[in-house]
Amino acid sequence: MKILIPIKQVPETNAVRMDEATGTMIREGVDAIINPLDLYALELGLRLRERAGGEVVALTMGPPRAIEALREAVAMGADHAVLLSDKAFAGSDTWATSLALAAAIRKLAPYDLIICGERATDGDTGQVGPGIAAWLDLPLISYVAGVSELTPRMIQARRLVEEGYEDLEMDLPGLITVVKEAAAPRLPTLRGKQRARRLNIPVWGPDDLGLTATQRGLVGSPTRVVKIFRPKISRQAHLVKAPDAAAAARAAQELAAWLASRHLLPAAAASRAGQEVGHG
Amino acid sequence: MAEAGIWIFGEQARGRILPVTWELLTRGRALADKRGSRLTAVVFGAQLDRADLQEAIERGADRVLACEAPLLEHFLPEPYAACLMHLIREESPEILLGAASSTGRTLMPYVAIKADTGLTADCTELDIETQTGLLLQTRPAIGGNIMATIKTPQHRPQMATVRPHSTPPAPRQPGRVGEIVVRRAPPEALTSRVRRRGFRPAADENALAEASRIVCVGRGIKKGEHVALGRRLARALDAALGGTRDVVDRGWLEYPAQIGLSGKTVTPRLYIGLGVSGSIQHLAGMQTAEAIVAINTDPDAMIFKVADFGIVGDLFEVVPALIKHLEER
Ligand SMILES: Cc1cc2nc3c(=O)[nH]c(=O)nc-3n(C[C@H](O)[C@H](O)[C@H](O)COP(=O)(O)OP(=O)(O)OC[C@H]3O[C@@H](n4cnc5c(N)ncnc54)[C@H](O)[C@@H]3O)c2cc1C
Ligand SMILES: Nc1ncnc2c1ncn2[C@@H]1O[C@H](COP(=O)(O)O)[C@@H](O)[C@H]1O
Repeated sequence: MKILIPIKQVPETNAVRMDEATGTMIREGVDAIINPLDLYALELGLRLRERAGGEVVALTMGPPRAIEALREAVAMGADHAVLLSDKAFAGSDTWATSLALAAAIRKLAPYDLIICGERATDGDTGQVGPGIAAWLDLPLISYVAGVSELTPRMIQARRLVEEGYEDLEMDLPGLITVVKEAAAPRLPTLRGKQRARRLNIPVWGPDDLGLTATQRGLVGSPTRVVKIFRPKISRQAHLVKAPDAAAAARAAQELAAWLASRHLLPAAAASRAGQEVGHG
Repeated sequence: MAEAGIWIFGEQARGRILPVTWELLTRGRALADKRGSRLTAVVFGAQLDRADLQEAIERGADRVLACEAPLLEHFLPEPYAACLMHLIREESPEILLGAASSTGRTLMPYVAIKADTGLTADCTELDIETQTGLLLQTRPAIGGNIMATIKTPQHRPQMATVRPHSTPPAPRQPGRVGEIVVRRAPPEALTSRVRRRGFRPAADENALAEASRIVCVGRGIKKGEHVALGRRLARALDAALGGTRDVVDRGWLEYPAQIGLSGKTVTPRLYIGLGVSGSIQHLAGMQTAEAIVAINTDPDAMIFKVADFGIVGDLFEVVPALIKHLEER
């Protein structure tokens, strides 16, 4: 079983600045971590490998320093890693990112399963996973919360949707994207860290992937960020202090009336709260 | 000519059109009116309720384009994408909007690649440049700290998913007329390497996506058994019950109840946080709620910065009193 795991390096904090001119993120000077949801993808991949045998390959597209994310993945237990890095990839949107990753995955064929995080905490689109599946014409299960069975030909997974969980079965090769429930990530081991330090991680650019100038980076991206602005925070909290039980009771009554006046209560409760205001 | 039109991808369950479709009609109608073009609602299913298709017309669609086949009963990426691609190739719409739901956020990125076009995720505002017909897609980025407006200058259709509850459902105008086209799905589209084997509903109280009111418990609730207090308030308010990551990690609520960056993004009419500090990761999932109420002992809690109504006090004193007010006659 060969399991490929695209992971993304994301800024650690939310204190990220944007380049107003290009509408892309400025990553310099911000601590970087593996996208938390990709840790669940990695962990699931490692567990499936432990069950079914085979190998786990982590890959990422990013600046040269993204190699740290790959070394961390190897320290956790990934067998190999590949870095896609080149100035020409800069400014890629999800179309160009998923194309580059799909091209790299083609180069790594044959493979059985691709596991992505459901979304990255910086871009927050959740589009790259389904995009890779579309480029490679693979079947897809998104929002996977758990895998119940894996054979060389198929996988059974639980998919988290609005109303509950779907039980799905998918032919392999295929792609899944995972949510947090899929598996709690392990910590890197000392041995893993040593291996990670020594491991030779190949770096591929657009030419290695056979991508033309119009297929990569900002140039190859169909979408353009045209404006960045701070959301207007128009909220002005009406603050009520309730230091003791009596004040808490008064505050609760005021809140009930406020909710009623804003028509935020369900019909039955609204009339009751409204009556109280009338009497109060 | 702007005739190729504006499409929304509607969603259904058990043949009944889901409310998020009416929200998409609100978005689509506004754009179509501004652009002077036709609004089409596309829906797939096994057997769609005909009255609901009529309702889509009454809520603003000029045309309903429905595809039916047994395999389309539930969402599956391959047949849904193949049917949608079939329609896109036939008519080349200018704009295609879907919901930022588990279905829309899976189908739309798959289709965007097949259609060789861009896609903007989870938009909260949409507008159109009248002259060029360019869609202005605005979405929160980096945990809602900034907003980004995105265009798709060259590629068509211009595609976006729209955050559920970010706009009210389109009102019904009885007697409004339009065209309803129901056809069989193209047979070549009807294959899937993914098969649906079963379904397990989540605890009803955690149905956050569709809820118009949400009570969210944070670590200030202190013990698993105290979550019952939040549940009682949720019942009194006919609200869904959610939690912060701390609460879910402690096993006091299930993961489907988690609100925030690594959980769900919700946009209810009313959010009430009980003992929630308002970390940036949590705010990312709820700050677009229409009204935010917070009850917290700490006057400096971040959540008060985004709240409309805040009570600086002990939730164990305030909430029982609030429930009493709501339940008492
Ligand atoms: C990558 C990443 C992703 C994350 N994703 C999420 C996510 O999806 N969702 C999420 O929620 N968090 C997420 N977090 C965690 C987040 O940073 C916070 O740790 C979490 O939101 C805090 O939860 P809380 O508000 O319940 O707890 P706390 O921050 O501990 O706050 C508890 C609050 O309760 C108040 N309180 C205590 N007692 C009372 C009382 N008797 N009455 C009233 N108030 C009281 C306190 O004043 C305090 O403000 C994420 C973190 C990271 C790093
Ligand atoms: N630059 C990247 N390199 C590797 N994997 C990525 C990259 N961007 C996104 N992914 C994968 O796609 C998932 C969804 O990311 P996104 O669509 O950006 O929210 C992530 O969880 C990763 O698994």
